[in-house]
Amino acid sequence: MPDWLNILIDSIAFGATFMFGSTGEIITEKSGHLNLGIPGIMCMGGAGGCLMLNLIGTSNMPGILIVLLGIIASFASAALMGLIYSFLTITLRCNQNVTGLTLTTFGTGLMMTLMAKASQTKYLNIPKKYFRFPFADRTDSLQKLGIMFFLVIAIIILAWFILNKTKMGLNLKAVGENPATADAAGINVIRYKYLATTIGAGISGLGGLYYIVDYSASGEAYKSLEAYGWLSIALVIFALWRPLRTIAGSILFGVLFSFSSYVTLIPFIETTLKTKPILQMLPYIATIIILIVSSIKNKKENQPPSSLGLSYFREDR
Amino acid sequence: MEERQIALEVKKVSKRFGQKQANKDVDLTVYRGEIHVVLGENGSGKTTLMNMISGIYFPDSGKIYVNGEETVIRSPKDAYDNKIGMVHQHYKLIELFSAAENIVLGMKDEEKYDINKINNRVSEIASKYGFIIDPKKKVYEMSISEKQTVEIIKVLYRNADLLILDEPTAVLTPQETQKLFDVLRHMKADGKSIILITHKLNEVMEISDRITILRKGEYIATVNTSETNENELTEMMVGKKITLNITRSDPVNPRTRIECKNLCCNSKEGLPVLKNVSFSVNGGEIFGIAGIAGSGQRELLESIAGLQPLTNGEIIFHNPKENRPVTFFHKNLKQIKELAKEHKFHYEDGSEVDLSGLRDSEITKLVNDEKILFNEDEIMNLRDKTPLQIRDLGVKLSFVPEDRLGMGLVGNMNLTDNMMLRSYRKGDSIFVNRKKPKHLAEEIVDELEVVTPGLSSPLRLMSGGNVQKVLVGREISSSPKVLMAAYPVRGLDINSSYLIYNLLNKQKETGTAVIFVGEDLDVLLGLCDRIMVINSGEVTGIVDARNITKQEVGILMTKVLTHDNQQEVTEEGGEANEGQQ
Repeated sequence: MPDWLNILIDSIAFGATFMFGSTGEIITEKSGHLNLGIPGIMCMGGAGGCLMLNLIGTSNMPGILIVLLGIIASFASAALMGLIYSFLTITLRCNQNVTGLTLTTFGTGLMMTLMAKASQTKYLNIPKKYFRFPFADRTDSLQKLGIMFFLVIAIIILAWFILNKTKMGLNLKAVGENPATADAAGINVIRYKYLATTIGAGISGLGGLYYIVDYSASGEAYKSLEAYGWLSIALVIFALWRPLRTIAGSILFGVLFSFSSYVTLIPFIETTLKTKPILQMLPYIATIIILIVSSIKNKKENQPPSSLGLSYFREDR
Repeated sequence: MEERQIALEVKKVSKRFGQKQANKDVDLTVYRGEIHVVLGENGSGKTTLMNMISGIYFPDSGKIYVNGEETVIRSPKDAYDNKIGMVHQHYKLIELFSAAENIVLGMKDEEKYDINKINNRVSEIASKYGFIIDPKKKVYEMSISEKQTVEIIKVLYRNADLLILDEPTAVLTPQETQKLFDVLRHMKADGKSIILITHKLNEVMEISDRITILRKGEYIATVNTSETNENELTEMMVGKKITLNITRSDPVNPRTRIECKNLCCNSKEGLPVLKNVSFSVNGGEIFGIAGIAGSGQRELLESIAGLQPLTNGEIIFHNPKENRPVTFFHKNLKQIKELAKEHKFHYEDGSEVDLSGLRDSEITKLVNDEKILFNEDEIMNLRDKTPLQIRDLGVKLSFVPEDRLGMGLVGNMNLTDNMMLRSYRKGDSIFVNRKKPKHLAEEIVDELEVVTPGLSSPLRLMSGGNVQKVLVGREISSSPKVLMAAYPVRGLDINSSYLIYNLLNKQKETGTAVIFVGEDLDVLLGLCDRIMVINSGEVTGIVDARNITKQEVGILMTKVLTHDNQQEVTEEGGEANEGQQ
């Protein structure tokens, strides 16, 4: 396999982390809630899944069950974080930004502690092999792209379908655009908000598990997870709140992010370690450019949900 | 009395909001296939009544019968289940969605969500009643009348047989209004019942079959349109004059203070809200502005305050600055020489200044010593000036806006800090001086009997009346030359209202030009010296408040100008109407 294809597939595999994160965040934001807790939620998703795998990974359960339980644990712990966020911002109507940032700090810290504890007692058990298809040996690319990669693609397509082709999606978008109108139309605004933020958080959390266990399969990988959470939030803007665009966006981000590692492969570009951080800024710069372009064009369809960040209280008139 | 079927019957319905009785024992009967207008002034409880029928509010007492059966309507959904739908004055649409998406939003039907099918259905309904609409068009690309069409189809899509339209023509051009009326006639022919809320009497006469009149929350009468006329309706709407115990002194030494010439301005949507408004207000008088809510009162005051850009017109302010010294700050040497030739200056002893024959250095010295004094008002054009520029010009203009906590005060700040909003720019130090504002706050609390937990508690914890007192108090404290107050007594109890009236009267006595925008005609007639009536952004008359009847003002408020017969104010009226209870 040529080098560039190798790099591409590697970037795709890496980008899947963002696909989870940003798809979850898009679903959340469509309900009008800006969850800046995504980095923390991804960390908690990773921690929850890893702890479960640590517990059952060496047992003689069938591999598929181990994977399933890992995914469920990861989803559940991330969704729990989402539920905390929902309760604070929907029911108590706390400021969304503050709540989100708090959750990020909390989630990251808690994960660091848990993971450090887990790897102290016995080496972190990462059963990466279960996350591959049984027939993966035959192709190089399937060795890199496992069950969870196809899971996220399925989630994205499902999210796109629900948002654009179903009444549920129409209702959800209405809630995020104008909750008062949605309420008047008889939509249960609070329920939609809760479901969207909680499920969104759960999906984002899977990104943490994916990154630690599937993509990097290293006991140290969790330490760099938070940064990818922020990148996922940036990707939501990059994708202009459209699920399908996160696929392309994530791959681009993956390429740009791993560009710094592969830049040495390109002849006649000399690079030192010093330039590496600069190259790692590329995804963020790309996001800023997209923001500028979409703001200049000012097309209504490319703007965030109108009530994003605002809490809704029926009796406020 | 008639054999027609009754679609809706409301019996003795009442609703209270806190202290305010919004509806008291209101009756309403609507037949199938009729257009029924509910008529009344602002705050007469029309919208409240409609909201109770459409399930937004729940009545405190009284009964509602739909098709002869007693019905409990607790939510808009209940209303739809009874085939009642309402088009609100403020459209509830999602801008980003297409017409069809907005129309089906929130509907619980068993069918699969298929946008093509829905588009077809919408087009079907539209063609049935004569609407013109593209179901795929996004709402943000629509004009106001198109948005209204979406709202009406939304109701029809839910199979409503009784449609309630809350002031549908307020935002429409005459042509659009005619189109809407055509559609309404189609619906009527189709057997639907329509309840229409409007202020415009000519439209009432044109479209309605019967009219129910409400006044101050009470049911007055129901009449057949064919058996009544506009004068009778106005009388029933405004009722008899109630004499209020407001002392009104005659204006002392009135001199023009502010002059507005041909003011024009557009709303955010680009529709004209002020059309060639011209008037002048004298110092020492209270100048009332009457009109149906939303006739341009807000824009008028905001344009004077420098908050609203004008498309045409001039605002001339006469700054009463007699005997103020001429300075180089405002005028240069050349201008001073020219003004002197026009006899604009005098010395302290009253003799006229003659600068001819004096050398520049001598003139400079005279000016610097503040020996030369103006003997005329300073005249300034305030058009296109920001509030800050207006203040820097030395124009003492105070504005009590309609939206107290939105424009006038900051709810999360305490009394002292709210006082500082007006004064924090004073002083050269980088630190703010809290003493004076605190003193002022104490004074206002004392004099106006403001009930507050303390000077340092946030304003939003206070009641509306007290907030209003604080705002008026602050605005008056700067001893303004022009005081503009929009609905200053809205939501206030009787005592607080009188306190505000007295404050305004005191300002008038000190020579301030007071512009008072009010909604209660009795108050306007009792408090003001002159009243300007505006209607849809146009002045329909400037009248002497001492010699006009309530009916006459009412007619001015509701008549629609056709531009040929502007002077059509009839002199009859004043007699009590028969339908009054």
